[in-house]
Order: sequence, then C-alpha cells, then structure tokens
Amino acid sequence: MDAIFLQILNGLDKGGAYALIALGLTLVFGTLGVVNFAHGALFMLGAFCSVSFYKLLTISKQVKDESITFFDAFKEQPYLEIWFGDYGTAIIDYAVPLSILFAIPVMLLIGLIMERGLIRHFYKRTHAEQILVTFGLAIVLQELIKSFFGANPIPMPPPDIVSGSAPIGALLGLSESVVYPWWRLIYLLFSGIIIASVFAFLNMTTYGMVVRAGMMDRETVGLLGIDVERRFTVVFGLAAVVTGLAGVMYAPILPPDYHMGMDFLVLSFVVVVVGGMGSLGGAVAAGFLLGILQSFASMNEIKAIFPGIDQIIIYLVAVVILLVRPRGLLGREGVMED
Amino acid sequence: MSDKKNSEGWSRRDVMKAAGAFSAAGAMPMFFSRGAWAAESFRNDPGNSATVKLGFNVPQTGAYADEGADELRAFKLAVKHLNGEGDGGLMNTMKPLSLKGNGILGKKVTYVTGDTQTKSDAARASAKRMIEKDGVLMFSGGSSSGVAIAVQSLAQEMGVIFMAGLTHSNDTTGKDKRRYGFRHFFNAKMSGAALGPVLKKEMGTERAAYHLTADYTWGWTQEESIKETTEGLGWKTVKTVRTPVGAGDFSQYITPILNSGADTLILNHYGKDMINSLTQAIQFGLKDKNVNGKTFEIIVPLYSRLMAQGAGKNLRGILGTTNWNWALKDAGSQAFVKSFGSEYGFPPSQAAHTCYVQTLLYANACEMAGTFYPPEVIKQLEGFKFDGMGNGATEYRAEDHQCFKDVLVVRGNENPTSQFDLLEIVQEVPRAQVEYDAKIFGGELGPYKV
Repeated sequence: MDAIFLQILNGLDKGGAYALIALGLTLVFGTLGVVNFAHGALFMLGAFCSVSFYKLLTISKQVKDESITFFDAFKEQPYLEIWFGDYGTAIIDYAVPLSILFAIPVMLLIGLIMERGLIRHFYKRTHAEQILVTFGLAIVLQELIKSFFGANPIPMPPPDIVSGSAPIGALLGLSESVVYPWWRLIYLLFSGIIIASVFAFLNMTTYGMVVRAGMMDRETVGLLGIDVERRFTVVFGLAAVVTGLAGVMYAPILPPDYHMGMDFLVLSFVVVVVGGMGSLGGAVAAGFLLGILQSFASMNEIKAIFPGIDQIIIYLVAVVILLVRPRGLLGREGVMED
Repeated sequence: MSDKKNSEGWSRRDVMKAAGAFSAAGAMPMFFSRGAWAAESFRNDPGNSATVKLGFNVPQTGAYADEGADELRAFKLAVKHLNGEGDGGLMNTMKPLSLKGNGILGKKVTYVTGDTQTKSDAARASAKRMIEKDGVLMFSGGSSSGVAIAVQSLAQEMGVIFMAGLTHSNDTTGKDKRRYGFRHFFNAKMSGAALGPVLKKEMGTERAAYHLTADYTWGWTQEESIKETTEGLGWKTVKTVRTPVGAGDFSQYITPILNSGADTLILNHYGKDMINSLTQAIQFGLKDKNVNGKTFEIIVPLYSRLMAQGAGKNLRGILGTTNWNWALKDAGSQAFVKSFGSEYGFPPSQAAHTCYVQTLLYANACEMAGTFYPPEVIKQLEGFKFDGMGNGATEYRAEDHQCFKDVLVVRGNENPTSQFDLLEIVQEVPRAQVEYDAKIFGGELGPYKV
C-alpha cells in the first residue's frame, strides 16, 4: 500500500512536468499549427534561467586561495554576502523560487523572438520542414547553452527549509517510513496552479476566448476584424513561459544540463498525441496518466513479471490508446486533421 | 683440375664464384638489419617522416564532454612535454625513462582529435578515420567502457595500438581484452577490493545493501564486483535493480528502497546518472534515515572530481574510490598538478591524469623498442614496471594489459577548503590488496601480428 501510494505521488510529480510541457506544445499546435521540436529546448532554457539567476546572485569577489600552492587559484565570495551578510546568504538560498520572476520576462521574450524571427516564416511550409527547422533550432540552443555552462549538470539546490522530506506517512496514517521530498510536493502544487491559470486565462478572459475561437476557426475570427496572428504570437510567448517555468522549478529535482530538453521532448509529443492533437485538457490528462503508468511500471514487482516494461510502457500505452481511439483521449474530429 | 671454359666463356669456377657472391649479396641486408624492425611493414609506418601523429579520441559532445575536454587538455600537455616544451611534467619523475624530450624516436609528435560522442559506433567511426585518413600510430582517450571495448577491438583488427582513457568495466581487460589495447585506469574489481576493508571498518559486517545499477557493461561488472566484496564481508544483498542509462528522474527506483529493509544504497552509476540519482536519493531523505538500528549509508564505488562538482553538497560524507586525485603528495602527482595547473588554472581530473600517463607510456615504449613497429612496442609495454607517475610502483600486467597500482578510497569532503577540494582521501590502498588472478575473467588477448 505504501509503495503504491509513493508511486502515485511519483507519477503525479512526473506527470506534472509532462503536462506542463505538453500544454505549451498543444497551445502552439492548436493555434499556429506548428510542430515545434524546439519546445523541449524551452524547458531546458527555463531551467537555465534559474542557473543564470543563481550566477547573477553569486557574482563574487575573487580572493587568492592560499590552500593551493602548486598554481594560482582563487576563492570566490559573493558580493551579496559581503554587502548584506546573512540576508545576502538567505537571498542566494532562495535563488530557485526567486528566479521565477526573472524567468517570466526572459522566456516571454525568447518565445516572441522565436516566433517572430523564425517560426512565422514556416507557417505555410510542410510539417516535415517545420520539424527540421525547429529541431535545428533546438540543437543550436543546446550548443549555445553548452558553450556557456559546460556539459556537466549544474546542482541547483532548493531553499534549505524545503530541502528535506515531508513525513507524509505519519500525517496520513501510513507507515512512518513513507516520506516524500518537500520540493517535489511543491512542484506538484506549482504545476497544478500553472495548469489552472492557463485554463482560467483561456476560458475566463476575452483574450482567451478569442484564442480558443481562433483555434477552432481562424478564418471566421479574422473576418470579424480581429488580428488573430498577433494573438497567436502572444500565445507562443505564453507557451514558452509555461514550459520555461516548468523547467525553472524542475531544476532542484534534475540538475540542469544542456541536453535535458531533448529527454523530455519525445515523451511530451507522445503525451500530446495520446491526449488528442490540439486538446489542452487531453494533454494534461495524458501527462498525468503516462507519468503514473511509468512509475508503476518501474516497481520491482511489475518488472519481475515483465522485465524492461518501465522503458516501453509509455509507447505501449500510446499504441493501445491510438488503436482504440485514433484521435487520442480527448481529440475531436476535424481538429488538426487537415 | 682443369679450368675448362663452357661455350659462353664461363668456367665452372666462375659460376660457383658468381653464385657465392650472389648469395652473400642477398644475405647481407638480412645480416645488417637483424633486430631492426623497420624491415617489417606495418600500418601508418612514419618511415623517414620528421613527424609522427597520435589520435586523441575523446567525448567532445554529449554527457561526458567536460571529461573529454579535460582529457584533451592532458593530451595536449603530454605532446608539449614529449616535444621538449614546457616544464616536462611527469617526464621529470618517471622511472625508468627512455624519453629524451625530442619527440618520439627523434620525430616531432603531432596529433589529431576525434569525437566519440560516448557512443560506440561514433567512436569506432572516428577512430577508423584517424587510422585510415590521418595515419595515426596510436590512439587514446574515452570516458566509457562501452566505447573502450568497441574501439579496442577495432585497434586489434587494424593493428594500431589503443591506450584506453577512462574505462572501469572489468570486461575491458577481462573477457574483451585485446593485444592492441592497454588500460592504465583501475577497474571495478579493484574498486571492490579497495573498498572492502574500509567498509568493514566504518560500517561493520551486518548490513543490508540495495543496488541501483546502470544497465550496461560497466554497471553490470561493478555491481558484480561490489556485491562480491560486500557479501564477503557478511552483508546481505536486498535487491539489485537495473536502471536505464540517462533515466533522468530516478524517483520511481528510489521510493521502493524506503520500505525494502535496506540500510545501505550502492549507486553503480557514473556521470550524469550518478549526479541525478544521488541528488534525488538525498532529497528522499535516505541519508537521514535510520534502518535496522543503523544510520542509512550511500556508497558511490566510482568517483570523479568533475562528477563531484555536479553533485554539489550531496556528495559530502559519501565513500567511493578513484584512480588518482590531485591532492596526492607524491612527487609525480605534484609535478603533474603543477604543470597542468600552470597551463590551465585548475587541477587535473583523474581522466586527464590517466590520458596524460598513457601517452607518455606509449612514447616511452617506442623509445625502449627503438621502433614504432606495434608488436615490439606491445612487448615493451607488457610487464613494464615503472614509478613516479602518481600511483606509486606500477606494473602493466602482461597477461591482460591491466595496470596494477595503488587505489584511492575517498569520501566527499565535509569541509572543503577550496572549490577543488571536493574529495578527501581516506586511504591509499596498496597495490597488493587489489591484485587478482588474470584468469578469472577469461578472454583472449589475440595475436601480436595482424
């Protein structure tokens, strides 16, 4: 029972990341009709927003390191600590959550530049050409990050106060050995808030309603005198922010490295297809579903019966769902089928 | 006896003289060149060229690119020292030394580089290009056992020596060993043998271990060796779980440990996998747990300083082993750290150290052989005993081409004094303690001549 409970939590947590990335991907699919293979890179760029912000906070004074005598080496002491003492240390400790404020404008800007500078020129091209150009863009972004930050993962610890584990077993009347990292619980909550905010924006604001109308019938919305293209550009920026924030908050779970976006990209595409092309609700549902299934498939008891199932479960489920429901879980007839 | 001439004017005596002279003339080159291997033709023979070319095949892209970059720095430094430039580095401390600082056998050393991408097929393609197109006499480098084993068999097929970089699987000099492949780096078996007594002293003989193992050749052999060691101490193995390479999120593999009854987690992971699995294990509170009346412990059998940087504070207090560490105080290590540090501004990694040493060892063997002819160079390396290279008295065992030397047991430093001071040396385990019979892993070296 304890093991099942923990795997559900793992699945929800993982699913939260898949859902956030897939949500952004679906927004771009649904509005612009673009197959964006650079979307994983946006997740990676988000994670590196937290790294960059941390580096900004820890700009340091270099002091000769006397403990090294073989050659000249230098120790670093952050100016924030020199100027503000313990307050400076506390600000650095909260680098990851604070970097959300930094990441929102940066990711929005990156999204707008990407859309205006490159992707808009490929709206009328074939999907194959869109895939090629966005995949190329993803590689360029990866290599840029690698040249600045190196290839090794960079540790990004959460604030000290939430770096340990929550005794959820004791709180819920399960075994006391059942614990779960505070930061992962925060991530789960965070992904829920972001998903709810995106849905609220699309369903409860006039801007969002126009976007949804445009997703269903772009031509008619255009005939009403609304500049749909401009709104879709903003949606691209919004998708970049959502995906980037998923990356920012994931940094303490998975130390960022230049390749992390590619690791999530393929899975996110599977999530979008399983959820139903262009369906935002489907993307979220499929994200959580596949996350949970992946976690259960990794249980020793399951692997003892089906060795290696943890590595193929997502694709296996995708095949089964597409055979039974060719448009995915919540896909509708006529959407993204032209 | 008459000296009767035949119809063409040749007497029998003339014919015999001519035959004798012809035979002597024919035998003369053999007489003067006896022992000179230049007579044997071999691939990429530099002949009268003033230069020789070496190939450095390292991961320049992919997850191990930082380690590859450090290897490349070391190779460049080695070439500089071989050509008599710089401060000479380990050529000042190596014993016995045949190198003269004038290249190899008087020929200036040049090099080409390749990118293994830490993929066997890419590494083989890159090595093949170096051999066939660039004409390298020897190639070296790499950060993965899968890659090392793949290019080592290519080396054997093509008759070009491969001096392995970082490879820790028992298979490299075990079942997959090759006559044309040499490994200076230690292996999983040696890690287990070195760790055993330290684990016994620090953690006792009644522990329950849970293994998370990277699912490829290196992970399998490390799990096998460490399990053999811990079970030999009396520890119980609760479970061994294989994890896909590059899994990223290991939470689904870590949560089952919480209720497994295990009090020790052994992470048979390296590089990015190790950084991620260790970070996540710490986040799940494993190090704060108390199981079976004992504090939960995590062990990382293979460490590197570059990895330690990625794991940050999570590595503190965790035991493991390394081939070499820049904080060693022997003359060889200090000479290398000084030389590398002056050149690049930071200390070398263990990958850099092993690549530098391999280059010098190959060059030295050529000098000893007096030729670049691979079978003769191989014979010089086999059984070669040397010192002053940073690991104490060392021997390249002839039977399996594995170097035997002291092994370091290290711990993530609780109180680092500098950004490089990440690993604290717990014990320098003497070579005698990590030696084993070459026959236990099987395999065949193969022929000298290919």
